[in-house]
Amino acid sequence: MKNIVVRFCGDSGDGMQLTGNLFSSLSAILGNEISTLPDFPAEIRAPQGTLGGVSGFQVQLGAGVYTPGDKADVIVAMNAAALKVCTINKHYHDHAIVIVDTDAMTEKDLEKAQYTTDNPFTELAIPESVQIVPVALTTLTKESLKESGLDNKSILKSRNMFALGLICWLFDQPMDEAIHLLEDKFKKKPALIAPNTKVMVDGYNYGQNLALSIRQIHLEANQQPKESGRYTSIAGNKSTAWGLIAAAEKAGKHLFLGSYPITPATDILHELAGRKDMNVMAIQAEDEIAGVCTAIGAAFAGDLACTTTSGPGLSLKSEAIGLAVMAELPLVVVDVQRGGPSTGLPTKTEQTDLLQALYGRNGECPAVVLAASSSANCFDFAYEACKIALENMTPVILLTDTYLANGTALWRIPKLAELPAIKPQSVPKELKGHFNPALRDERGVRYWAYPGMEGYEHRNIGLERDADKGTISTNPANHEKMVLARKHKIAQIANQIPDVQVQANAASDTVLVGWGSTEGHLHAAADTLNCALVQFNYICPLPKNTHEVLRQFKRIIVCELNTGQFAAYLRAQFPDLNIEQYNEIMGQPFAVERIVEYASK
Amino acid sequence: MQASDFKSDQYVRFCPGCGDHAICMALQKAMAQIGIPTHEVAVISGIGCSSRMPHYLNTYGFNTIHGRGGAIATGVKTSHPELTVWQMSGDGDCLAIGGNHFIHEIRRNVDLNVCLFNNRIYGLTKGQYSPTSPKGFVSKSSPFGTVERPFVPAQLVLGAGGTFFARTLDVDMPTTVDCMVAAQQHKGCSIVECLVNCVIFNNGTHAWIADREQRAEHSIILKHGQKMIFGKENDKGLAVEIDPVTFVPKIIVVPADDPRVLTHDATQPDPTLHRLLGLMGQDRVVNVAAETDNELPIALGVIRNVEAETYDAAVNAQIAEVRSKAKAQSFDELTATLESWQVG
Repeated sequence: MKNIVVRFCGDSGDGMQLTGNLFSSLSAILGNEISTLPDFPAEIRAPQGTLGGVSGFQVQLGAGVYTPGDKADVIVAMNAAALKVCTINKHYHDHAIVIVDTDAMTEKDLEKAQYTTDNPFTELAIPESVQIVPVALTTLTKESLKESGLDNKSILKSRNMFALGLICWLFDQPMDEAIHLLEDKFKKKPALIAPNTKVMVDGYNYGQNLALSIRQIHLEANQQPKESGRYTSIAGNKSTAWGLIAAAEKAGKHLFLGSYPITPATDILHELAGRKDMNVMAIQAEDEIAGVCTAIGAAFAGDLACTTTSGPGLSLKSEAIGLAVMAELPLVVVDVQRGGPSTGLPTKTEQTDLLQALYGRNGECPAVVLAASSSANCFDFAYEACKIALENMTPVILLTDTYLANGTALWRIPKLAELPAIKPQSVPKELKGHFNPALRDERGVRYWAYPGMEGYEHRNIGLERDADKGTISTNPANHEKMVLARKHKIAQIANQIPDVQVQANAASDTVLVGWGSTEGHLHAAADTLNCALVQFNYICPLPKNTHEVLRQFKRIIVCELNTGQFAAYLRAQFPDLNIEQYNEIMGQPFAVERIVEYASK
Repeated sequence: MQASDFKSDQYVRFCPGCGDHAICMALQKAMAQIGIPTHEVAVISGIGCSSRMPHYLNTYGFNTIHGRGGAIATGVKTSHPELTVWQMSGDGDCLAIGGNHFIHEIRRNVDLNVCLFNNRIYGLTKGQYSPTSPKGFVSKSSPFGTVERPFVPAQLVLGAGGTFFARTLDVDMPTTVDCMVAAQQHKGCSIVECLVNCVIFNNGTHAWIADREQRAEHSIILKHGQKMIFGKENDKGLAVEIDPVTFVPKIIVVPADDPRVLTHDATQPDPTLHRLLGLMGQDRVVNVAAETDNELPIALGVIRNVEAETYDAAVNAQIAEVRSKAKAQSFDELTATLESWQVG
């Protein structure tokens, strides 16, 4: 087989995310491409065994992997509730292998999962083509660890490792690498290494020795990623954080983060709060507004300043982002989008903040908007956001989302030296003694002087400023001049960004158009449809060749996880283009098959 | 350094007769006396009449958005603790829209000097009541009188764990300069409540102490280590009396030669007495209808001045400590610690 989709699901306390991550890392180390989708409930711990508490982790591995996959080929269901949720939500194929823990299907378990009969398989109408593999996971785990000295609770928590071992056997993954990974995972809790290793190996051997009624699945020659180098698997939030760290070091700037906890962006704060070794100053502010405002203070004082948030937080930060636009200070705002509006769907994914990022501020208030399109390239676009902000004295809003933030992908680890240079817009020495904050270079970008620099004292403002003197001005003609100067400053950034590329079948007269995190799904759909794909990472300004590229297609289908925000934006820019749109707003990534079905019409 | 070194080239646009003129001059004097070079000073403000102040000071300045001066100043100071950072704010900017940032900069003890201009009115929006307007106050937005209880800034600051609180009056230049110099010398979040007159919308709000005839009887200038004595003839002193039934302490006026007269200790960590001192005379300003026979004077000068660890220093010290022990200190060293594998 070329690609396989595996889904681990169980109670939110069953360790499904850990199991899924370990299996994904192992697959990646063995040369597979991977794409993962953690799918957990909003509740931290819903009542055990209930439908609301089911936590899932899906991974696609193999070659030519663009997405975590629409439906699983293999399901591990740790209890009755997980089996029900997976089945109802059609998480697996009609020919899938479903491994279930029979010990977690007792009468009580069935009751908690709201079954009405005592035969869950019949009740769920699971087709006969699905191969159900009953395994007494709990009993086997207890047996495996009976001499471990662990208490009963800890033993039960190790069921996931038995399942992991079994899945490793199913895919013929070598145990030595898996053991090595476990040792690394538990290096801070060495007492847990031996029992977890034992139960995992027992799981593997269980598959091996008992020759279960299923056959091992051999993936085709594991294809290596094209570019040589060192690889790891990384989640989008972590790679975003590391992009910021790399940019600060490259620019020779101190990295400052002002942030407030919000799902699903908080992991960026966690990562940066832990990176004091990299000289990162990460502040947990008293609210979202203080998050962005402390960052603006740090930018005023000469730092590379960032704030991280999700949609509701971006709403709260709007006025302050306007201040950074007006004061022309570099600022990076990361919005990890989630389902909205209001509190909405905090743990689900959506692309619904695009128009907010573009226009959600008072006045004529242009800012740069970028969007990452994979968990790995969150690094590149976080880095690029810093570069554009520092070189153009502007706020840059980077859009990622729940799917990218929590999902993992293969990341080729760059050396700092390979990354593009970052040259902050420092003030030239000739301006000492007669500096003001309205002075611009030939591109229209103002210079950056900050406290501590002798001879550049000035007053910055959120009020309109005189185009020459930089002081407060209410002159009508001056205001128009300044509005246009700020607009021009953002527009000229188009000269610094790459052209947009046509992917997949460029010769087709149909093109799927997307932006941000949908790239993988749209790529897979375009391959199936044998049509073209144009995916945008630079939203404002758009790449200079955008119109030229799009107009060559007869059918332009803009696909988004919203009601058509990017489509509306493109129509406004290019009214001559006939733009069709395909939208889903279900809090989930696209299903490739649905895009294919729509576009085939 | 001279006060003129801190004067910017901007025409001062406060209304003629506004108390902010005096505070502006006092600030320039205090900054000259402190002697920190202009380029190492950052003055951050929000929005309001008082928030225009950075324009008139020849330092680095940032006139930001309404209420957020505290958060922005926190960012400046924490990221660059070597700078001297002032925050200019008013009773609306600081205590209403910016209330959250205000209590948190105090709680964290960020080493800022905050001038809280209290004129008990919104001036720039042309005359609405503020969080310090007395109950019953008639304004454009409270034509029948407010029904709200006001904040007493001293109480709010101490309640938030404040380490420094001073109060001064626009017409008392020497005390204002002294308070500002003391605020700068204090390491931590220093709040200076500047009672200022809004000549247009709330004229005479502090008349009962601003008037020279009445000031000596109605106010006391507290000085650390000195006896609490006031009055036109310096004939009155302050003492504490504890109610024998409720054990509630209260400040009373006694003759100046009474042995019970208190000596001011601004450095006492326990805030009980500082709170009582801060509340003196406030019944006159919390309710327009209050008939007061309270003879307690309002306290001016530095009421509280306690040393405690500052947020900016602690944040930077923690980074330095972690970094001194860290094996990986650069991006390339950091990525080398990842579980990774070579391809090709």
